[in-house]
Amino acid sequence: MDITLSKAQQDISKEARRFLKKECSPDFVQEMFEDDKGYTDDLWSKIVELDWPAMCIPEQYGGMGLDLLDLIMVLEETGRALMPGPFFSTILLGAETIIAAGNDSQKETYLPKIANGEIKGTLALYEPDSGADPGYIQMEAKSDGNGFILNGTKILVPDAHVSDFIICVARTQPGDDAEQGVTLFLVDPKSDGITVSLLPTMDATRKYCGVEFKNVPVSTDNVLGEPNQGWGPLCRAMQRVQVAISAESIGGAQWAMEAATDYAKIRIQFGQPIGAYQAIKHRCAQMFVDVESSRSLLYYAAWAQDNEEPTAAAIAASAAKTYCTETFNNVSCGTIQVLGGTGFVWENEIHYYLKRAKANEVALGDPDYHRERILKLLSL
Amino acid sequence: MDYRYTPEQEAFRQGFSSWVDKNLPEGFDPTKRRNFNTSEDLLAAYKAFQKRLYEAGYTALHYPKEYGGQGKTMVEEAIVTQTISEKCMELRQIGVITFGMAVPTIYTCGTEEQKQEYLPKIMDGTHLWCQGFSEPEAGSDIANVSTMAIKEGDHYVVNGQKVWTSMAHMADYCILLVRTDPETTKHRGLSYLLLDIKSPGVDVRPMKQMTGESEFTEVFMDNVKVPVENLVGKEGEGWMIAITTLMFERVLGDVTMATAYEKTIKNLISMAQNVKRSGRPVIENPLFRQKLAQHYIEIMVLKYHGLRNFGKTIKGGVPGPEGSIGKLLWSEPNQRITNNAIMMQGPLGQITEGSPWAIDEGAWQYGFLRSKGNTIEAGSSEIQRNIIGERVLGLPKDASRAAIKK
Repeated sequence: MDITLSKAQQDISKEARRFLKKECSPDFVQEMFEDDKGYTDDLWSKIVELDWPAMCIPEQYGGMGLDLLDLIMVLEETGRALMPGPFFSTILLGAETIIAAGNDSQKETYLPKIANGEIKGTLALYEPDSGADPGYIQMEAKSDGNGFILNGTKILVPDAHVSDFIICVARTQPGDDAEQGVTLFLVDPKSDGITVSLLPTMDATRKYCGVEFKNVPVSTDNVLGEPNQGWGPLCRAMQRVQVAISAESIGGAQWAMEAATDYAKIRIQFGQPIGAYQAIKHRCAQMFVDVESSRSLLYYAAWAQDNEEPTAAAIAASAAKTYCTETFNNVSCGTIQVLGGTGFVWENEIHYYLKRAKANEVALGDPDYHRERILKLLSL
Repeated sequence: MDYRYTPEQEAFRQGFSSWVDKNLPEGFDPTKRRNFNTSEDLLAAYKAFQKRLYEAGYTALHYPKEYGGQGKTMVEEAIVTQTISEKCMELRQIGVITFGMAVPTIYTCGTEEQKQEYLPKIMDGTHLWCQGFSEPEAGSDIANVSTMAIKEGDHYVVNGQKVWTSMAHMADYCILLVRTDPETTKHRGLSYLLLDIKSPGVDVRPMKQMTGESEFTEVFMDNVKVPVENLVGKEGEGWMIAITTLMFERVLGDVTMATAYEKTIKNLISMAQNVKRSGRPVIENPLFRQKLAQHYIEIMVLKYHGLRNFGKTIKGGVPGPEGSIGKLLWSEPNQRITNNAIMMQGPLGQITEGSPWAIDEGAWQYGFLRSKGNTIEAGSSEIQRNIIGERVLGLPKDASRAAIKK
């Protein structure tokens, strides 16, 4: 038993903090918030120099083969800095799904290029009628003898506008059980029949798109893994993504908590710093409780993905996704209240954190979805 | 990072687990909330079980052998306390003050003579200890203790009253916070004594609490003589001793609590499967499913937060005031858990032990009422948040409290 971060993990974390402080300032985040592309090639190439995209890709495919917990060290910091750009979508939604579902040749085609920063990608999962249920897949992929024809609408696809590939989740057999008849397709967003449009969302530090598919042919070579069997591997990948978004959330929550505490020490009202009043002090203390306890669950959940048996790993991912994203939302809201009017103006960064918090909370299965999923995993 | 036991630790765990199964008191039923009808029966069972643990080498594993310990590590100690809290919490519960407070205080701050005198007799079950800190005018403001101890020759003469002294009616000794210097500032005038509760002049009166039971007492002391060699540390060090010695054991306490509450969640799930609402099991109700899952998550949080703190401590780090988090992570969820347990039962939720309609022999009704004490005892939630706010986050003290400290 050894429940502490290694020296190497602590170093990853420190290095990421130092890097992002320099390369991803609040001004830069604000600029990217208003920019349609949403990142710069300069930032992307610097991330690639740091080998961040390669961290969790297996060594045989040009990656570093590190554990999810190692990547969590980086994601806490990218969350803290609200780092914009397609890093999360590419290495988590894209790479993890290919690792979980792809065959050797697909892995050889895509993973080395993701690891060296050459390509970016994403996952088209949600549909207009899915609601909070990522397993509600109705988009149709019809077999035409040589391959499949995709028709339908996907929404809330992160960074599709800058992606080189999209993994599209579609139904190849009718039904409403995701376990049966769901297939993953690798598609090029520049293909005929695909229309990508930016969606206006609260959190514009991460761009979300709508993607229309109109009679888009996909060859059988571009079926990711096995036809009709896409949901199982997708779920395994999604668990890792859920832990990753939890890490990002805790990084953001940590920033917000520090912002509240720093302000409570210097803002004087009625002759003393507002942090001396228990109404404020206890709110800040609760933020600390929420953030630190969330982090404890997060580290276990990350470790569990690489080490625990499948059910325990799945429960841990759902628990972390629920608890950590709710913490981020609660702490952001609490910070705004501590900041008072200062926290309500556009110039103060806290609104970006609130927006990211809400986006993370409803993404990838909301808390209600994951609570229900935990009971199902417990066979209840 | 690795949350698993080493093969040696796992073998130790299995060995101890089967030892417990063979050494529980005759007829002991781990599924029952209460196996003993009187506090005398419980005390006798505790002492006998503790003696068996001691003889088998399963007490105070992380303390040195010369004081009745086993010279092993905190991990083995955690395995033992977790196993006990899973299989027979009832037999451990009354020893919480003894092992959580008296032992670490005496071990860390006591003289060699005090360690030789008291520790082995705690380990072998001879003595149970209680905690005499709170007073009628010293609740959350615990440093406001006014029980006086005046030195006269080779002993202190103690006069005053303690309240909320847990288990004093069953205990043999008491860790006692007293004022030895009324002139100096309030924290610096305190000292820490070891009191033989059977001393002349000590009057213990049990208090009946809202559950109908008496865990706590009032202790009145009228010219009680305590030998000077029963002073822990130096005069005036009482406050620092009271605060600092508790940190290590709290770490172990959180890990143990998690095991106890995992069992509570298991019981809650099985209750929800058995209790009906409109003729269907409550577990099918979507609203209660949400609450149940949230409780499940919160106890995971308690567990893995406890383990993370524990991991830091065994690596040699000193647990800091962030240990205050742990108490909030069980006391507040426990109130929500027991409240929702009652609500799952609907109108049956008010039936207590003794009726054929009582669910789980009234365990949840007891738990609901008992949980109201959880956010008050051992430092209220408000005090925990003050500690976190001031000592962890560095927020300033309230002006009125800052003035008193000066």
